[in-house]
Amino acid sequence: MEKTLLLGDEAIALGAIYAGLSGVYAYPGTPSTEITEFIQNNQTAKERNIHSRWCTNEKTAMEAALGMSYAGKRALVCMKHVGMNVCADAFVNSAVTGVNGGLVVLAADDPSMHSSQNEQDSRFYGKFAMIPIFEPSNQQEAFDMMKNAFELSEKLQEPVLLRVVTRLAHSRAAVKIDEVKDMNPFNPSTSRGWVLLPGIAKKQYAGLIEKQPQMKNAAEKSVFNREENYGQDLAVVACGIGYNYVKEAIENYGVKGIKLLKISQYPLPEQAVLNLTKDCKKILVVEDGQPVVEEDVKRIVGDKAEVLGRLTGDLPRQGELTPDSVAQAFGVKIEEDFPAAQNLSNRPPQLCQGCGHRDVYGALKEVIKKYENARVFGDIGCYTLGALPPFQALASCVDMGASITMAKGAADAGLFPAIAVIGDSTFTHSGMTGLLDAVNENANITVIISDNLTTGMTGGQDSAGLNKYEAICIGLGVDPKHVRVVVPMPKNMPEITKIIEEEINYNGVSVIIPRRECMQTLKRHKKK
Amino acid sequence: MKKDLILCGVGGQGILSIATVIGEAATKAGLFLKQAEVHGMSQRGGDVQSNLRLSDSEIYSDLIPKGKADLLISMEPMEVLRYLPYLNKKSQVVTNAKPFINIPDYPDEAKLFAELDTLPNIKKLDIEEIAKQVAMPKAANMVLLGMAAPFIEILSVEQLREAVKTIFAKKGEAIVETNLKAFDAGVNN
Repeated sequence: MEKTLLLGDEAIALGAIYAGLSGVYAYPGTPSTEITEFIQNNQTAKERNIHSRWCTNEKTAMEAALGMSYAGKRALVCMKHVGMNVCADAFVNSAVTGVNGGLVVLAADDPSMHSSQNEQDSRFYGKFAMIPIFEPSNQQEAFDMMKNAFELSEKLQEPVLLRVVTRLAHSRAAVKIDEVKDMNPFNPSTSRGWVLLPGIAKKQYAGLIEKQPQMKNAAEKSVFNREENYGQDLAVVACGIGYNYVKEAIENYGVKGIKLLKISQYPLPEQAVLNLTKDCKKILVVEDGQPVVEEDVKRIVGDKAEVLGRLTGDLPRQGELTPDSVAQAFGVKIEEDFPAAQNLSNRPPQLCQGCGHRDVYGALKEVIKKYENARVFGDIGCYTLGALPPFQALASCVDMGASITMAKGAADAGLFPAIAVIGDSTFTHSGMTGLLDAVNENANITVIISDNLTTGMTGGQDSAGLNKYEAICIGLGVDPKHVRVVVPMPKNMPEITKIIEEEINYNGVSVIIPRRECMQTLKRHKKK
Repeated sequence: MKKDLILCGVGGQGILSIATVIGEAATKAGLFLKQAEVHGMSQRGGDVQSNLRLSDSEIYSDLIPKGKADLLISMEPMEVLRYLPYLNKKSQVVTNAKPFINIPDYPDEAKLFAELDTLPNIKKLDIEEIAKQVAMPKAANMVLLGMAAPFIEILSVEQLREAVKTIFAKKGEAIVETNLKAFDAGVNN
């Protein structure tokens, strides 16, 4: 059997292709981006003409994938955890419509917030939608699970959630590759269940409830869930990559007496959890993310055992698990040989030298000095780094698109000047609707769409609105006289500052589009 | 046998290429390997690291536990100190001696080097200078890999040298030669 070194993300991608995938739908987001990129560059995927073009946002991705499933094909949706919030409407309702071709929704969570604004746990979404969840513990399982996930999805006629975390998504290991499966034939659904009028939705939802025991049964019998018996002093429920840290503690620190239940498929198998209480009176739950399983285990065992985990402080409440935090939960003392470093400074990421966003912030800083109450509302992208020195220019960064709508709300409350800074890709992802709100009320805001022709922060993926930004803004109703394009370069500083000042002083919605290619993609284009 | 390596530096310095070469050698040798990388925003001039674990038996955690790193390979001297909690008295450190200063509060260099010299096993070289002399400045990371090669142990210097050839092969004979020169200079310095 062939063995290849793959990132967790790549193992998922290859697993999906080998499971007979027909299309991946996604918006880039760390740590999920490499899945779609892998499929875009994979030879088999090219030969099979597997759909892999980027979508405008996670909601359009989720809906398109549901459409592909409707037509009978296997589809994959990929996103980072906060993308689940964006597609939540479509996601939750896809459990009510059910699916035709297998549908796997991949959410890559980022505990410790390496590249994110929160550490929400996507397993809550899976529970909320009442569908099965898979959570691989290593790259091999990630590959193998894709086939099981698609099969289970088709067997139950429900979408399946696959949850990974940064440490698996961005870690490499050798993966054994098996046979590639055929793609599903074209076979559009004829069911009425897709039309979620209340009368039909009630039946569909009743059907979803009826399927719950089947889902639980699948988890009880899953090849990915198993008990390993090393004793009966302490039971441990270890989810996803939490299992690895427990094994590490056993091997590295000689932790003994553990009855270990490995969990990689949900809903949580209640019988397997109850079995632990036969011999053990204490259960430690080791899960990366939020205490989803810990709460479930408490409910399941009642007073049969004491449940320990993140809620009891046996593991840290916040941040990703580490081999150290898990070892400490077993009472291992971690000793450090060296005192804390004395001559060490932080080295935060920064905007590249020559980046156009730098010139935008340089000009903005110059102009807003003149206004006592000026606020710049930021958004999600490389340009969020404008919040750090030397610029320190941003008042906020909340979610995709919030710069425009927060500026509008603050302007409604009387703030002047209210300025929004948003990237080109973020604008088409979630900024356009907010701009329409602002236009409809002629809000007094200045929107800067800092256009670097790409989705820069995640590594230079296509930007959905390329070459369409002026047309989009004018189409949404912004006065064409107040849609201004500039080239952000040091030599143009006098012109840019003048235009920013003019538009701030215009009482209404104005859009300034500083446009210059991202330095990273420029370098790559020059190499070609 | 198992070896836990931390590779570190500043985003853009080429630590992932070092990891790729070691990964290639390890795969060819049939070793188990896990390599956790940092992607995303921190690659833009921020501190970056990769945990690379090699073993002849199965590896569980993608991350190296504190105090358990056998070898720290650093493209930048101050970055060594960021990973002190992962080192023990026996750990070997191999680092570039030349600071990369892209922050306003970079520590006093004399004090920094005095602190680095308190580590029991540390080897420092100006890899950029060596790369300039024998190959080209961009191959500095291969000089560093060459310096570290004798300490990796679970893989021989020759196995790593072969992997350098394989990894750069698709970029042409000239690039392979340049990187081999850089690697050899690292081994011999």
